[in-house]
Amino acid sequence: MAGYTPATGPDREAMLDAIGVDSIDQLFEQVPEEVRLNRPLALEDGLSESEVYSRMAELASKNRNPEGDPGFLGAGMYDHYVPAIVDAITSRSEFLTPYTPYQPEVSQGGLQVMFEFQTAMSEITGLPVSNAGLYEGPSAAASAAYLAMAVTGRNGLVASRGIHPHSRETLATHAVGFGAELSEVGLEDGLTDAAALEAAIGEDTAAVFLQNPNFLGSVEDIARLGEFASARGALVVVAVDPMTLGVLRPPGECGADIAFGEGQPLGNRLDFGGPSFGFFCAREEYLRKMPGRIAGQTEDVDGRRGFVLALQTREQHIRREKATSNICTSQALNALAGVIHLSWLGKAGFVEIGEMLARRTAFARRRIAAIDGFELLHDAPVVREFAVRSTSVPVEALRSGADATGSRLQVYPLGRDYPEFEDGFLVALTEQRDVKDIEWLCAALERSAAAGASEPATSSGAAGTQTPPADTAAPKLRLAS
Amino acid sequence: MSSATLTETPQQAERAETIYEKSVPGRRAAQLPPSGVGETPIEELIPAGLLRETPAELPEVSEPEIIRHYNRLSRRNFDLDTGFYPLGSCTMKYNPRLNERVAALPGNARLHPAAEPEDAQGALELMYLLQESLGEICGLPHVSLQPSAGSQGELAGLLLTRAYHADRGRNPRKVLTPDTAHGTNPASVTMAGYEVVKVATNEDGGVDIDDLRSKVDEDVACLMLTNPNTLGVFDSNIVEIAGLVHDAGGLLYYDGANLNAIMGQARPGDMGFDIVHVNLHKSFSQPHGGGGPGAGPIAVSDRVEPFIPRPQVVRVADGEGGWKYDLDEDRPKSIGRMRGFQGNFGVFVRSYAYILSLGGDGLSEASRLAVLNANYLKQRLSEGRAGKYLPVGFDRHCMHEFVLSGAPMKKQLGIRTLDLAKRLLDFGFHPPTVYFPLLVDEALMVEPVETESKEVLDSFADAIEKILEEAERDPAIATEAPYTTPVRRLDEVAASRNPVIRQPKPE
Repeated sequence: MAGYTPATGPDREAMLDAIGVDSIDQLFEQVPEEVRLNRPLALEDGLSESEVYSRMAELASKNRNPEGDPGFLGAGMYDHYVPAIVDAITSRSEFLTPYTPYQPEVSQGGLQVMFEFQTAMSEITGLPVSNAGLYEGPSAAASAAYLAMAVTGRNGLVASRGIHPHSRETLATHAVGFGAELSEVGLEDGLTDAAALEAAIGEDTAAVFLQNPNFLGSVEDIARLGEFASARGALVVVAVDPMTLGVLRPPGECGADIAFGEGQPLGNRLDFGGPSFGFFCAREEYLRKMPGRIAGQTEDVDGRRGFVLALQTREQHIRREKATSNICTSQALNALAGVIHLSWLGKAGFVEIGEMLARRTAFARRRIAAIDGFELLHDAPVVREFAVRSTSVPVEALRSGADATGSRLQVYPLGRDYPEFEDGFLVALTEQRDVKDIEWLCAALERSAAAGASEPATSSGAAGTQTPPADTAAPKLRLAS
Repeated sequence: MSSATLTETPQQAERAETIYEKSVPGRRAAQLPPSGVGETPIEELIPAGLLRETPAELPEVSEPEIIRHYNRLSRRNFDLDTGFYPLGSCTMKYNPRLNERVAALPGNARLHPAAEPEDAQGALELMYLLQESLGEICGLPHVSLQPSAGSQGELAGLLLTRAYHADRGRNPRKVLTPDTAHGTNPASVTMAGYEVVKVATNEDGGVDIDDLRSKVDEDVACLMLTNPNTLGVFDSNIVEIAGLVHDAGGLLYYDGANLNAIMGQARPGDMGFDIVHVNLHKSFSQPHGGGGPGAGPIAVSDRVEPFIPRPQVVRVADGEGGWKYDLDEDRPKSIGRMRGFQGNFGVFVRSYAYILSLGGDGLSEASRLAVLNANYLKQRLSEGRAGKYLPVGFDRHCMHEFVLSGAPMKKQLGIRTLDLAKRLLDFGFHPPTVYFPLLVDEALMVEPVETESKEVLDSFADAIEKILEEAERDPAIATEAPYTTPVRRLDEVAASRNPVIRQPKPE
């Protein structure tokens, strides 16, 4: 086994002597015989460090080569460049290996990071209070629902179909425990159907869930949609992509009561989906109902400025069954990566990266819409991701290389979550996908469309010319001009 | 100027300054690539009404200033790589650096979570292997890796409980938890829509069977138990307890926070538990990161399996005599997702590397040494002044942790458990968990873990002896501690009464 345990034979004997027993087995006598395992675990014996490395490297090599063809997957997690200083700082033992800062005198570094993180998230969302982080994006939606139900005393949740499908499903999972009634409002031309939203909000609605940009990449008019909820006394809860907030109007300026989101685009690598962090910001009046950790400024006995975990009486370790949440992690290391990335971008860079994304996205969208065999799924404004419809080849064929060109394109198939968009896919941009990559994608799509036109699509997926499945009412869509 | 200020350490003399206070207009770190597609005004791309008007007040600092700022902050943290960290129920074991290296391999770190399964075969295989390994360790046949942390694992387990009963046309309303339970247990119970019913603890530190018997009825959905519990006591009546709950139609939920005591020795599944959550950041060496990330996979019995979260990693024959791995979304009875994508994969990589490093033999040995270390330290602390002022809560062999009571110390020396904890900081130790579990007065919960040497345990015991000796002479030494930390005792009440939780906006 690995050399992670110092106890030698003589150490063990000395310790057993001191305890007054003959063997370690004697210490386990309180475990009844009938539940003892009494056999080795059916796992391999331990390996040396170099053997483990080889084994793990071999597994990693079975994943797609990240240096291969450019990828355009997004759907909530994005292949942004993580600045080198993020790794340099987050790999320091002092940030990597402590526990939650229960002893503030020796945790000032971590607590101040939380305070700086809260400041940054409050700034970018335009809401006055932020917690120190939650697990990730979709489960933060459940936390928002719990808060909204507590402050309104209502149990209705209305979610736009433009909310990330994982957030909608996570809300539904949690709603069973919360005793919430969840309903959904559809999309019209790529945007939340305003009339349907207004109609869906009732006297029992605790919160309306919107997302900006929504899952199809569209920039929603949050201020207008939120008004329907506010007018009925329901909370306006908005999921946001933090990397777009340098250019998009922040939720706090659009009447949002709560903003939450997936923090991965800020300083966190993809890691096949985690770990990352979630964020949760709100209006001041909800501070004492917030989930998760919150750092606050204070002074020590000599008057020095310091930081502590504040408002802990909300939390599970104090309030137990009456806590505002059961969450006791803030994804501190991931949130640290986020705040370093934001400091590195800084006031100007945060705007610049948003503008760059918007420009590249507009360019890529225009280029792809001009290719025969592809058209826009909607023409709502977009900022970093957009939805395309394939009228030539099945989306699955584009992704699997099953079309005549053998290309395997890294785009997100909307049919996974939206049966009505079986022929749709998402294209996401980052600062790592430049014009050359966009042109590569366009060339691949052109080849696929041309091959699709000469060879009829296989039955593995629905092409744009096929009829959608009968049980899904496809909304009427305006074609791009 | 107070007297302490005259003797303050260089680190104390350096007052806290945030990155925002270091901001100077015009400074910057990031140089971004050009868009390459021209500088179209943003208003031509997105309607002006949807655009931000005032930039967010992020700091304006150069890259060297950022590095220096966060390096300085890091030195204001105590960490496991620097010293002993015997936090009870937190399992602060060594975090192997190999695990960081393999988690950062580009094939893992840069893998998009929406990649086709075909492009993620290594990741899915790793997840499958981890599922199998955790299933063997827990003695349960099915594992979902999805929950993000222990508390989310608990909530998932309780929602599974709900789904299990609903599938049988039942709707029991109560969940039993011992009064020694972690605070997350009752909080999760409430979030799952259940009512908490507390079960008393007997004189041996286990579940009071008579109290349990009086509370078990058909309205009980499940019993949540930690075994060994937060007192470090293995409940010898576990089979009887399981029988009582099962006979009434309830399920047994195992809080795996203390799994580090029993790996390879006994398995929750064999004790009768139906659902177990495992804290990968405790027993399986994922670094705690100052409060996350972790992961809280759940292992379940056959009868609970239909309800586990989706998607589930599965292995299927590839038609060529081998295997391929896939994400199974088609699980009609599933409670659904607990979170986005597939869970904290980076944590899975580290924990699987740890399992490979130790192997079945090493995991078993780790638990045995954790129990040896705990009993040795308990013995050391039963001697001298510690034995006099800090009696052990339940005097028998412990498992991986034990609980001391500071009540005699408070009464006889006038120093509280909090004071002892703060004075330990001056000796270079992180204190144990304090004031938990709640049923021990002035509790100190000590978990020394297997990766600490006898010398470290001895030096910790010596430090406690010295602090108590000081306190006999002058209790103020402890009550005014700490003296050498970056800041001294902080006013936590003020921080909650008048919360300042962000940097004020610049004028």
